[in-house]
Amino acid sequence: MLELFKTFFKIGLFTIGGGYAMIPLIEQKVVDEKQWMSREELLDLIAVAQSCPGIFAVNISIFIGNKLYGGKGAMVGAVSTCLPSFLCILTIALVFQQFRENTYVSHFFHGIRPAVVALIAIPVFRMAKSAKLNRYNAWIPVIAAFLIWIMGVSPIFIILVAGVAGYVYGKYLKDDFAQN
Amino acid sequence: MITLLFQLFWTFFLIGLFGFGGGYAMISMIQGEVVEHHHWMTMGQFTDIVAVSQSTPGPIGINSATYVGYTAMVNAGYAPAWGVLGSLLSTFAVVLPSFALMLFISKFLMKHRSNPSVEHVFSGLRPAVVGLIAAATLLLMNSENFSSMSENPWRFCLSIMLFVFAFVAQKVYRLGAILIILLCGTAGIILGL
Repeated sequence: MLELFKTFFKIGLFTIGGGYAMIPLIEQKVVDEKQWMSREELLDLIAVAQSCPGIFAVNISIFIGNKLYGGKGAMVGAVSTCLPSFLCILTIALVFQQFRENTYVSHFFHGIRPAVVALIAIPVFRMAKSAKLNRYNAWIPVIAAFLIWIMGVSPIFIILVAGVAGYVYGKYLKDDFAQN
Repeated sequence: MITLLFQLFWTFFLIGLFGFGGGYAMISMIQGEVVEHHHWMTMGQFTDIVAVSQSTPGPIGINSATYVGYTAMVNAGYAPAWGVLGSLLSTFAVVLPSFALMLFISKFLMKHRSNPSVEHVFSGLRPAVVGLIAAATLLLMNSENFSSMSENPWRFCLSIMLFVFAFVAQKVYRLGAILIILLCGTAGIILGL
């Protein structure tokens, strides 16, 4: 159990930039070093965890924790993955609170803000590629973005509608269209 | 205060439950709920939180949940200790749905994961996630993050240059996010943005 904690604490601590940056480290620790599961099992797990809601690394740690030690293991997995984040962020939040009015800190963050916007713009293109957008579904992201940006619709609502619509279309409508 | 704590819990529970599409899609949801809907912080503050979340260890979703929980409490006028409670609650709430889900999956879904119904749902979700992140980007392009021509032309023009620099540096030259953030922050200090 302590090994489980240490492993996922390290995975949480050493992955900066989040999510998929963690995969090589998880693979090395879980498959090669600890041999908690086979490489095929882990690849299956990664595929499933990617299509699940929630935080990828936490999903993986809960699954592996549960596989090894049941419910308790799942909890240890989740806590150990979150703990490094939690400690780092709280330290920064408490320190930043004191220096927020400092001119240099303010200049620093004014310089960072446009960069952050650019760093969020780039995944749009990457995700568009992996979503295999074509002329039949390219309107979906356009409408979704418009509804959120201009109309102030909640992104959660958009996801709900998109999931249900995808299900209904795939199950009931697709074949009808194909026949006509 | 109980109301705010409860709202934080509920908001992040929903985000954990419907947070498909990875960290950046989650950022879009947090932005929608926390800035646009609840007005717990300004867009500028939220952008700073995203910057810190990107450049510190750990998943972006966890980092931003922790930071938002703290900031929402402190912005509402409570002491930092309550901020810590807010961040604890937000982080707990955002991972809670994962438990139920992963336990369910370990029992059932691993066996038949190429289920056609799941594939149908994702044919709708994948394109929508692209729209979500695009909207997050557009919403972040405001005068609080870039200033404006009338308010501060110097900062506005430099902000646009930094935006282009960061975009090209990552997309074309594959520079890491942390390095880009540090470079732009340093430029901000030197140029007195």
